[in-house]
Amino acid sequence: MMSWLPENISIEGEEIDFLFYISYYLTVVVFIMVAVAMGYFIIKYRAKPGVKAKYTHGNNTLEILWTVIPTLILLVFVLMTQTSWAKLKLAIPQNPHVRVEVTGKQFNWIVRYPGDDGKFGTKDDLVLDNQLNVPVNKQLFIALKGADVIHSFFVPQARMKQDVVPGRTIPLWFTPTKVGKYEIPCAELCGFGHSGMNGEFIVHSEADYAKWRKKAWAEKDK
Amino acid sequence: MSETTADAHGAHDHHEGGFWSTYVFSTDHKMIAKQFLWLGLIMMVVGGILALIFRWQLAWPETQVWGFEWISDESEGMPEGYVTPNFYNMAVTMHATIMVFLVVMPILVGCFGNFLIPLMIGARDMAFPVLNMLSFWVAVLGAVIMSAGFLVEGGHAASGWTGYAPLSTVPEYSGVFMGQTLWALSLFVLSFSSLMGSINYITTLINMRTEGMTWFRVPLVVWSLFVTAILGLLALPILGSAAAMMIFDRAFETNFFNPAKGGEPLLWQHLFWYFGHPEVYILILPGMGIASELLPVFCRKPIFGYRAMVYAMLAIAFLSWIVWGHHMFQSGMNPALGSAFMMTTLVIAIPSAIKTFNWLGTLWGASMRFTVPMLHALAFVILFVIGGLSGIFMASNVVDIYIHDTYFIVAHFHYVIFGGSVFALFGGIQYWFPKMFGKAMDEALGKVHFWLTFIFFNMVFFPMHILGVGGHMRRIYNPMQYEFLQGMQPMNVMITLSAFALGLSQIPFVFNFFATVFRWNVKWFRVLTQAVSALVVGFIGYKSVAVMFEGLMEPEPSTGGRIVGTIVAIALAVWIYRYLEKNMAPLGADAPQNPWDANTLEWVAPTPAPHGNFGPTLPVVQRGPYEYSVPGEEADWAPQTEPIDPALAEAGH
Repeated sequence: MMSWLPENISIEGEEIDFLFYISYYLTVVVFIMVAVAMGYFIIKYRAKPGVKAKYTHGNNTLEILWTVIPTLILLVFVLMTQTSWAKLKLAIPQNPHVRVEVTGKQFNWIVRYPGDDGKFGTKDDLVLDNQLNVPVNKQLFIALKGADVIHSFFVPQARMKQDVVPGRTIPLWFTPTKVGKYEIPCAELCGFGHSGMNGEFIVHSEADYAKWRKKAWAEKDK
Repeated sequence: MSETTADAHGAHDHHEGGFWSTYVFSTDHKMIAKQFLWLGLIMMVVGGILALIFRWQLAWPETQVWGFEWISDESEGMPEGYVTPNFYNMAVTMHATIMVFLVVMPILVGCFGNFLIPLMIGARDMAFPVLNMLSFWVAVLGAVIMSAGFLVEGGHAASGWTGYAPLSTVPEYSGVFMGQTLWALSLFVLSFSSLMGSINYITTLINMRTEGMTWFRVPLVVWSLFVTAILGLLALPILGSAAAMMIFDRAFETNFFNPAKGGEPLLWQHLFWYFGHPEVYILILPGMGIASELLPVFCRKPIFGYRAMVYAMLAIAFLSWIVWGHHMFQSGMNPALGSAFMMTTLVIAIPSAIKTFNWLGTLWGASMRFTVPMLHALAFVILFVIGGLSGIFMASNVVDIYIHDTYFIVAHFHYVIFGGSVFALFGGIQYWFPKMFGKAMDEALGKVHFWLTFIFFNMVFFPMHILGVGGHMRRIYNPMQYEFLQGMQPMNVMITLSAFALGLSQIPFVFNFFATVFRWNVKWFRVLTQAVSALVVGFIGYKSVAVMFEGLMEPEPSTGGRIVGTIVAIALAVWIYRYLEKNMAPLGADAPQNPWDANTLEWVAPTPAPHGNFGPTLPVVQRGPYEYSVPGEEADWAPQTEPIDPALAEAGH
């Protein structure tokens, strides 16, 4: 199962993958225990002539045990998850390195980059369709906006997903750690063009990112 | 129940109703149960075909769907058999809508609820027989409105069964006009049908238990239907209201959900899931009840932890109201809420775990009989375990960031609703068929159906976990449009091939069902049944060999593959044909009154149960429902009406 996870390319993804592995080992162990017990009972306790079934209505000690043990395991799991969740979703970064605004609009991702003034809505903004360029190893902060219906911004390799809701601005942040070209599919059914609503997520090395910025703004001013 | 009503019912026994009042506008709970069963089975065919159409598109995107090439190229949905994107979205939407509201609910709740509650608690009918009849005919009205949506301009609803606003509420966003409105109208109507059923079930169980049927002597399946009815009573009005708001938004230009005009799209999600999570338990609780009913009968052993089972169901019913936010972890609601909802979600896992362990406890020390209902009950347990455990991934709001809206969730809920509810449904049909129709469905055909369904169910839905882990989004029309998904396409092909095999696997069930109901036991029909079942298995065998030889992406097998495939196919077909020839009982023969040696009251009633169920006097209950293999008793079962040594019955509670 593990090898089916796409390669992870973000710091946050490590956190998510770690909890994924925990869930995976936890559930696989429980499944094997249940399946082995069940298989054993099915083989051992098939009807045999002359053998009567045990007459028992249950066992209170067992009931308490199999209530308390799962409760404790799940409690630990909840606490571990919530620590991560707080880090990933509640601690909104104050000074992210790169800020962009992404608007989901049937069936495109409209990406707005601030110019050198660092502010959105000014003349030097750059707007690109379906292309998000970022530098590697820098915290990225995206303000997600929706223009029509609900979309969902998804970068599988970064393990990041966030629904985009019209009428709201939803923050999303993560730090990509590997240079490359990835995809930004829309993960929430958004109409007949939903499939194929796909952007490019390009993680540049720092030098390439500077070059890209220069070139992009130069082209814009032409 | 008062004496006078009992007498009135007794009088009914002697009076033969006409065709209309017996078969159509019947107020008899048993006939209404059968009507719900037919409604559900017919709609299951529609829902299944829709699934096969979109599975075809996922495996072989934008090719002509086999069998649909004849459609005119002017068709909006499937010109010349090609699936268009909106038709795909519609198929996905309507598959789920139909399976949830018009298959699982009518059969598990409508059919089993109606049939079992009065019979198992020793009542002569439901508390409100006319309301009961109305409940069915309102469901039919809902089904007709839902079906009409397929015929209107612009196509049927295509915004997912969850109907997220504003895609679902602003027609311009989806290009779907009347269809979505009819969808909402149908849900509105169906919510009334369920509401009427719920009121009836609750009233009947509270007021009409026969003498001696104390709360803790009520069979678990009836408990489960009672809890389901409470959830239905409280949840369905929310769906009805939300559907009404959607209709207003679409037809009367209100703006509950449209943010462009000041509405709030998340309001729809909150309403939908506030209904939707109890709904999930409406779908699975009767399945749990059926499994809890079948396991003791075929283990010949009392259910393990009866009271723990009841308390677990009550806990689930309560907790199901405070977990809905786990559907919305990534929806944009305040993330702090996510923490609270994860907590409650894992709390609700505990009663489910308790139930699973108690089923295992029931198997321990049993004397198991592997009848078809038992096989389904065992499959229910293990598949529900998988479905429950995969839920842990989504319950963790952090892991959910990644797997939300991927095939992982599709795998999860199919393990619960198909692996759980539908397996229980097939097991329940086979188990109660003798009492419902006075004839027993065939065990040999049932086994062929069970094993094929079990194998191909797993081959369809297990790989979906892997697709989900690979990031494969749900509800996408063409996975080949994404680079990161192209490597997984062979798995999509395998799932689709298995889905077709799963569809074909239902043929032995259809033959079994009709042959038994209509007593088609003539020689040629038996041969036809054997031959068709054998052909299904042979064909699946041939295709499997071809895939092993050529891989999944090659449409045509090589000569070697063909030869080996043919040999395997013939061997399998001959094996199944001869197995059925040897083991098939006379189809549609009269069933004995209590074919399974079961304790509960429905088996005390004559077969077929007359109007009023129990003859002149109602049974008096003396013992719990699962007193099997009682020490000191000669038979390993006794009806609930037999007295029991009180010291024994209390032991171990």
